[in-house]
Amino acid sequence: MRISSKTAQKIAFSFLGLAAVIVIVPVIVIFAILIQKGLPAINWQFLTAMPRMGMRAGGIFPAIMGTIYLVLGTIVVALPIGVLAAIYLVEYARRNWWTRMIEVAIVNLAGVPSVVYGLFGMGLFVIFLKFGASILSGSLTLSIMILPVIITASKEALSSVPRSFREASLALGVSKWQTIRYVVLPNALPGILTGTILGISRAAGETAPILFTVAAFYLPRLPKSIFDQCMALPYHLYVLSTQVPNVSQKVQYGTALVLVGLVFILNFFAVVIRSYMRSKKQW
Amino acid sequence: MRSETVAVMDENLENLVDMNNKKRANPMVTVHPIEKGEINKANSIKIRTQDLSVFYGATEALKKVSMDIQKQAVTALIGPSGCGKSTFLRCINRMNDTIPGVCVKGKVLIDDIDIYQSDINIVTLRKIVGMIFQKSNPFPKSIFDNVAYGPRLHGISDKGVLEDIVEESLKRAALWGEVKDRLSRSALELSGGQQQRVCIARALAVNPQIILMDEPASALDPISTAKVEELIHMLKQHYTIVIVTHNMQQAARVSDYTAFFLLGELIEFGKTEQIFEVPKDKRTEDYITGRFG
Repeated sequence: MRISSKTAQKIAFSFLGLAAVIVIVPVIVIFAILIQKGLPAINWQFLTAMPRMGMRAGGIFPAIMGTIYLVLGTIVVALPIGVLAAIYLVEYARRNWWTRMIEVAIVNLAGVPSVVYGLFGMGLFVIFLKFGASILSGSLTLSIMILPVIITASKEALSSVPRSFREASLALGVSKWQTIRYVVLPNALPGILTGTILGISRAAGETAPILFTVAAFYLPRLPKSIFDQCMALPYHLYVLSTQVPNVSQKVQYGTALVLVGLVFILNFFAVVIRSYMRSKKQW
Repeated sequence: MRSETVAVMDENLENLVDMNNKKRANPMVTVHPIEKGEINKANSIKIRTQDLSVFYGATEALKKVSMDIQKQAVTALIGPSGCGKSTFLRCINRMNDTIPGVCVKGKVLIDDIDIYQSDINIVTLRKIVGMIFQKSNPFPKSIFDNVAYGPRLHGISDKGVLEDIVEESLKRAALWGEVKDRLSRSALELSGGQQQRVCIARALAVNPQIILMDEPASALDPISTAKVEELIHMLKQHYTIVIVTHNMQQAARVSDYTAFFLLGELIEFGKTEQIFEVPKDKRTEDYITGRFG
C-alpha cells in the first residue's frame, strides 16, 4: 500500500516532535520531583548547620562548603593551565605532528570515564605525591578532568578573534605577546569564561573523581587547610541514598535539590555571559 | 608637550638593528652619508628593493622585483588580482612573516638598511613602517583608545601626552573635527569611511616614516573615497606612501609614481603621467586601457 506524500510528511513530523518531547520530559520530571519532595526540607538550618545523628538530621553545610572549595580549587588550577595551553596551541604552535599529538591527547582526555580519573588521582596525587585524601588532591583530579573542556572552549574563543585585529596590532609595531595580551585575550575572554563555567559545573556534580581523592564520609566540621579532607554534595547524596539506613526521603531530595541548584546557578552564569557577549560583539 | 612626545616616539632607523648587534652591523650600510636637511636627488630614495622574490610554498608570487621608491611621494602599485602587488607591499613591513610557509629572497633596503638581515628588530621596523588595510579594522574600543593603542603599548602612560598624540593624529587623518566631541564612543559606531580614517590616525600615532596602504578605499563609497584620497595627498608632505589599488583612476589621481605588476613581475615603473600617457610596455597599455584585467 502506498501512502500519500502528505501522510508521510505528517508521520515524519510526529516522530520528530515525539523525539523533542522525549528530551524535555525527563528534565521537567526531574525538576518537578526534586522541588516537590526536596523543597520542604530546605530551610536556613538545612543549609547552614552541621549534620547530626549520623546525617539523619541537621544540615548539609559542610558538604556545600566542601563542594565550593573544590570548585574554587579546580578553577585556580584548571583555568590558567587550560587558557595558557589554548593560547600556545592557537597562537604559537605550528601545525606539526607534535601539536596534532597534543590535540589527540586532549580529545582522548575528554573521553576518559570519570571513575578512571578518580583512580588516577588516587594513584598520583594521594599516594605517589603523598598529598593524601585532601582538597588539593580532589581539585587537581577534577582539574585534569575538565581541562579538555576549558582548552577546547578557549581555543574556539581565541580563533574567533578576527585575524584583522591581530594584523592591525602587529602592524603598529606591537609585539606578538602584547598583541595577544591586549587585543586577542580581551576579545576572547567571554568565550573562555563560558567554557570554563560549563566545565566547572560538571566538576561540581561529579562523584567518581572525588570518591578516592577527597570526599569524607562523615566530617561534621569545616576543613582547616587544603590538605584536609572535606565532604562534598555529590558524594554526600550518594552516602545518604545508599550507605545510611533510615534517612528520610526529605533530606535526600533536599540535598539533591541543592546540588542541582548549584550547578544550575553556574550554568545560568555561563548563559548570561554568552548572551551578553553576543549582544556586544560587533564584528 | 608634543616635542617631548616626539623625543619618546622618535625611532631612528639605526635602532632597527638590535642594540646588542649594533657594533657587529656593517658600518657601510648604517652610516648616513648625507646629513639631515640636505635632501637631494641622491638621498631621495626611501625604499629600495633588489631582486625581491616571494614564494608561497612552491609558487613564486613575486619574481625578482627591483624598485626604488621615492621619499615623501606617493607610489601606486597597480595590476590585476594575484599579480603580487599586495605581496610586495607586505614585504616592506615584513607582514608576510606572519603567514606560515612564506619565503622571501632578495633585499629590501629602507634608508640603505636591509630589513631582512637577521638582526633586524621587526617590532621597531613596524613602528617605522605603518600599514592601512583594505577592510578598516578598528579595535572594538573607543576612538581615543584606538588611536592611543600604539603609543600606550610603546610605553607612554602620561594622559596629557596621550591626549596630544590622539588630537594630533586625528587632525592629520582629517577626522578631528568630526569626532572631537565623542572620543569616548566606540570606533565601531562610525561610518566606514570614518573607521578607515581612525585606522589611519592609529597608524600615524606611532609616528611612522612610511605608510603602506593596501587598497584603503576599495570598501568605501565615493565620497569617503574622495576624502581618503585628499588625505593621502596631504600626508605625503610628511610620509612616504606606497598604495596598492585596483582603481586606475585612483592611481592616476593620487600617485606621483606608478608600478605595474603582472603575474609576479614588475612590468613597468615610472612617473604616473608617463605610465598613464605614454606607457612603454604593450602590456601596461593594454591593462590601463582596460583590454584585460
